[in-house]
Amino acid sequence: MASSNKTPKASGGLGSKMKNITDTNLLLTITVVVFFAMYIGAMVFQGKGFLKPQTFFNILNAQAALIITACGMSLVMITGSIDISVGGVVALVSMCCAVYLDFHNGNVFMAVLISLLIGLAFGAVQGFLVAYLDIQPFIVSLAGMFFARGMTTIVNTNPFNVQNEAFVALKETRVIVPGFGSVNKLGKYVNAYVEIGVIVAILIVILLFFVLRWTKLGRGFYAVGGNSQSALMLGINVKRTKFFAHLICGLLAGIGGFVYFMHVGSGSASHASGMEMNAIASSIIGGTMLTGGVGNIIGTFFGVLSLSTIQNIVSSAGLDDAWWTGITIAAMLCLFLVIQSVVMARKKRALRSNLE
Amino acid sequence: MCWKKALAIAVIFILCIFQAGCSGGFHDRNESAGQEGAANDYIVVGFSQLGAESDWRNENTESMKSSFTEENGYTLIFEDGQQKQANQIRAIRMFIQQEVDYIVLAPVMETGWDTVLQEAKDAGIPVIIVDRKVDVSDEGLFTCWVGSDFELEGKKAAEWLNQYATEKGIESGDIHVVNIQGTKGSSAQIGRTKGLADAARANGWDLMAEVIGDFTRAKGKEVVESLLKQYNNINVVYCENDNEAFGAIEAIEEAGRKAGSNIAGGEIMVISFDGVNEEAIQYMLDGKIICIAECNPLHGPRVQAIIELLEKGGTPEKWQYVDEEIYSVDETVKRLTIEGADYEVTILRQKDKK
Repeated sequence: MASSNKTPKASGGLGSKMKNITDTNLLLTITVVVFFAMYIGAMVFQGKGFLKPQTFFNILNAQAALIITACGMSLVMITGSIDISVGGVVALVSMCCAVYLDFHNGNVFMAVLISLLIGLAFGAVQGFLVAYLDIQPFIVSLAGMFFARGMTTIVNTNPFNVQNEAFVALKETRVIVPGFGSVNKLGKYVNAYVEIGVIVAILIVILLFFVLRWTKLGRGFYAVGGNSQSALMLGINVKRTKFFAHLICGLLAGIGGFVYFMHVGSGSASHASGMEMNAIASSIIGGTMLTGGVGNIIGTFFGVLSLSTIQNIVSSAGLDDAWWTGITIAAMLCLFLVIQSVVMARKKRALRSNLE
Repeated sequence: MCWKKALAIAVIFILCIFQAGCSGGFHDRNESAGQEGAANDYIVVGFSQLGAESDWRNENTESMKSSFTEENGYTLIFEDGQQKQANQIRAIRMFIQQEVDYIVLAPVMETGWDTVLQEAKDAGIPVIIVDRKVDVSDEGLFTCWVGSDFELEGKKAAEWLNQYATEKGIESGDIHVVNIQGTKGSSAQIGRTKGLADAARANGWDLMAEVIGDFTRAKGKEVVESLLKQYNNINVVYCENDNEAFGAIEAIEEAGRKAGSNIAGGEIMVISFDGVNEEAIQYMLDGKIICIAECNPLHGPRVQAIIELLEKGGTPEKWQYVDEEIYSVDETVKRLTIEGADYEVTILRQKDKK
């Protein structure tokens, strides 16, 4: 990972931008180090389960949807905005797909299309309200969250599992990861696998990483989030950039919804409850700042992994209550927030001394 | 750039503390786990509980924890699913990776377990389902099921109400009942709702509303509050667990009504399920809850017996219903007959407090 952390050349020679990228990379390094330290620690101290590669792949399988939605979340957070409707959108998408596939005998491709459309619709409306009408993103997406949750129950109240054959086949499709299998209790060699959702998630992470780093739009996100006033002066269309951030976040929530649906294979109004909060937490652990302008998609990816590794560690350590997970995550968030504020303080001081 | 190094060192330092703290705390346990690996005398049981939403659930968890202790020769890995199936599936996958000896699952909903149970089966780990049932295509995916006959519980409560009404000479059309349902889609909700709905149809009761109370006191109170505003002739509140009943009684009293058995006198009768704790019994002795169909949460010893049987190479019975009673504070109904079987009603009085 270290090789990718070299400070890229500051194209355009914009001082503040270069500083931002440096911070981004510093926070990213911390995240990655924390993740590996935790995982290796778990391997050493808890052994058994953690030594099997499948444990790691299970984390990916279970969190593919969160990785995708958290990427969207990081994106809006980089522009200094927020979208707490993603969990609701995920639930709505999985319920709509479930109803469509089972009650209307639909096909899987249309279901994917439905997910994308729902996501885009949410993204577009919220993006418009936030960017062009200048309404607080928190309030807008809070309304979006209630709307999505409400719609989910209107679409169907009862939780149910999808029986559609084509879908079940897709859900059960497993991509075998060669060379990572292990021998189970019965002495049988079991191949390590990931679900299709994981491939989608990883592709999205890579794609977004490139977009953010090497495209005009991507750098626009950082500029708008860092200081929208100066971004405006630089000739960036701030409103459109914000709109796009929300649009992409909505789209990713739609995709994440389908991936979630593919993982659980059922529709339920209580699906993905609290997912938006996990997405925010992952982004922050991944080094994205709520104030905007700083963040990295790779960091978000590791943020999600860290969150679920904590969960696994806490439960296999035999700490009974699930609340312990919450407490450790809280501790971790605090740690990262402290680091971030230290970074910001350093930056401000550096800027001031530069000016003098 | 030296501050960066300082920061990095600080982070690593904090991490070390974190790791040390973790390892310190878990050390004893891990050491014993290690010994157990060598001596192989502890049986490792992974228990995925669906959550901690009600007193019944907590009693159930406690029962498991007190059965699978190290003194009894077990190591229990407990996972709280917090009402999410995804969490439970994750937990089961983790148990499989940890190669536990047995998996005990209290599923949050009935469907959607095929894949993960197949994985457990492939890994050679027997799965025992407790409480709610699972709806899988192949029943060979789990070893056996232990729990309550929720529909029978519902039937008992409904039959009690029916006989009470007959004894007291209340017209069936004058029974205006609302059902405060449990978590939608759970076996308890399905069975208990069916028990009441069938009886209402058969007896011609006025089943005014079925609303979801999620098995919690807060939600129970909330829905009863709004129901009382909506309808002023409710005289029976059928709560699908005790916690909902506590909430319902609070709402009834706040609305200036009285919870009791005298329907004709304008009181609202509360019927409930579970009856697991002191509080519920106290409510009954105070005459606020009139009838409770018991739901026995003490699954621990039962599951332990199954595991011991499996260890000896035996085959346990597939469906195991626990014995359950019906309690009432009112002496009108002494005996229920449901589908040919007789059930004694346990009458509670102040002196023979449970």
